[in-house]
Amino acid sequence: MIWLDSFLVRALLAGVGVAISAAPLGCFVVWRRMAYFGDATAHASILGIALALTFSTSIFLGVLVFSLLMAATVSGLSGRGYAMDTVLGVFAHCALAIGLVVASFLSDVRIDLMAYLFGDILAVGKIDLVVIWGGAGLVLLLMWWRWSALLTATLNPDLAYAAGINPRREEFALTVALAVVVAVAIKVMGALLIVALMIIPAATARPYAKTPEHMALIATIIGALSAVGGLQLAYSFDTPTGPTIVCLSAMLFALSTIGGLIRGWVNG
Amino acid sequence: MSLIQIRNLDVRLGGNTVLRDVSMRVEKGEIITIVGPNGSGKTTLLRAIIGAVGSSTGQVEKRAELRIGYVPQRLQIDVTLPMTVRRFLSLPRPVSDTSAEEVLTDAGVGNMVDRQMVRLSGGQFQRVLLARALLGRPELLLLDEPTQGLDQPGSAAFYRQIETVRQNRGCAVLMVSHELHVVMAASDRVICLNGHVCCHGAPGQVAKAPEYRALFGTGTQGALALYQHEHTHSHHHESDG
Repeated sequence: MIWLDSFLVRALLAGVGVAISAAPLGCFVVWRRMAYFGDATAHASILGIALALTFSTSIFLGVLVFSLLMAATVSGLSGRGYAMDTVLGVFAHCALAIGLVVASFLSDVRIDLMAYLFGDILAVGKIDLVVIWGGAGLVLLLMWWRWSALLTATLNPDLAYAAGINPRREEFALTVALAVVVAVAIKVMGALLIVALMIIPAATARPYAKTPEHMALIATIIGALSAVGGLQLAYSFDTPTGPTIVCLSAMLFALSTIGGLIRGWVNG
Repeated sequence: MSLIQIRNLDVRLGGNTVLRDVSMRVEKGEIITIVGPNGSGKTTLLRAIIGAVGSSTGQVEKRAELRIGYVPQRLQIDVTLPMTVRRFLSLPRPVSDTSAEEVLTDAGVGNMVDRQMVRLSGGQFQRVLLARALLGRPELLLLDEPTQGLDQPGSAAFYRQIETVRQNRGCAVLMVSHELHVVMAASDRVICLNGHVCCHGAPGQVAKAPEYRALFGTGTQGALALYQHEHTHSHHHESDG
């Protein structure tokens, strides 16, 4: 497949893969108010990257393990005398700080920290594409399989119990999905802005959606558009990919909000 | 056989004994109201029945394949979650349009399938929850403070709806309430709970019991009369709440 030899094509395919798995998950992040939780999970990935480079193992694996560890730690600590907000605030920033300090010790490894923090258009190789689409497919499959149960648990845990659904198990499924998305998104989006690609498309879709499925679908389209457009802009202007994609989706969000306001105004 | 038989149930949550030695049963078709002060374990008891909390000792015995409809306390739908009434009824299992219409009508909110859940008034919202609980043709309805946030006429109207549902469908109802005066007249039996079962029996009996008076004072007799008065003069103010 000769067309895969172009780094831009690879980046675009990676971006679309990341966006279509991040958007439906992002809807749950919005509905369940997990934005900060997502940030903590994503920030933990920097430590994962630093250690993966130290021990020369797969970056994807390092990120996955540390994101999962962070998610498990935070879930475990919540409801034990600390407000969730405080726990997340402590852990998200500590993980980022420790990751950055550890990375700075890796003087013999040439590590371009900027690329991992903000994404790099040149970073996606053919193997990465397989990993990204494999991970994205896994997340989509998980979401499709658990969709109704996830929604019920999101509405109300007791409603879920009464329907024979264990809300804690669904929460765990979401946590795993979040860690996988962070791991597959890191090369395109960078650790600092992954959560933006989950939340902004979902928020953009909200005013036009009547049902949860509707919102997830619109968010997916908006996410994919942002990724494709953002990557091309990043190529044209030589800007970091993550921030460029986020800028574009932020513009779509602004347009959607204005559109929603006008529609509300017209309809009275 | 009883629908539910609870024997010597103890529940501990986070090191605190929330329920101790609770025994009770629910028979076919009866309306039982659980009253009790805040923190008396009313919600925990319902959650133990649906299996959301486990018991330390004792047991909750349900009749085989008992169909339960559950209306939780305080269902807060986030404004970011778009959800039509129709979609809500199909969670977690899809239901046909016919059964959706049927339960909505039974709950007193027909013609609302396309409305957004977050746009419903308090009374409408609770009725949609009730409708959802009716979907599996339940033999037992569990309602946890179903009129929280409704004003008094709204609550009274809601409890009348429940009586109607019981009449139409013959299901038993087990509900938790703090509005003793509104609920009591509609109940067959009242269980007064304060960590343990203080007293139980017919509404009039419980209201006279010394254990009940120790918890709630004696003023509720008058309030019971007030409710009966209101019952005949309701104006259906259910838009607010």
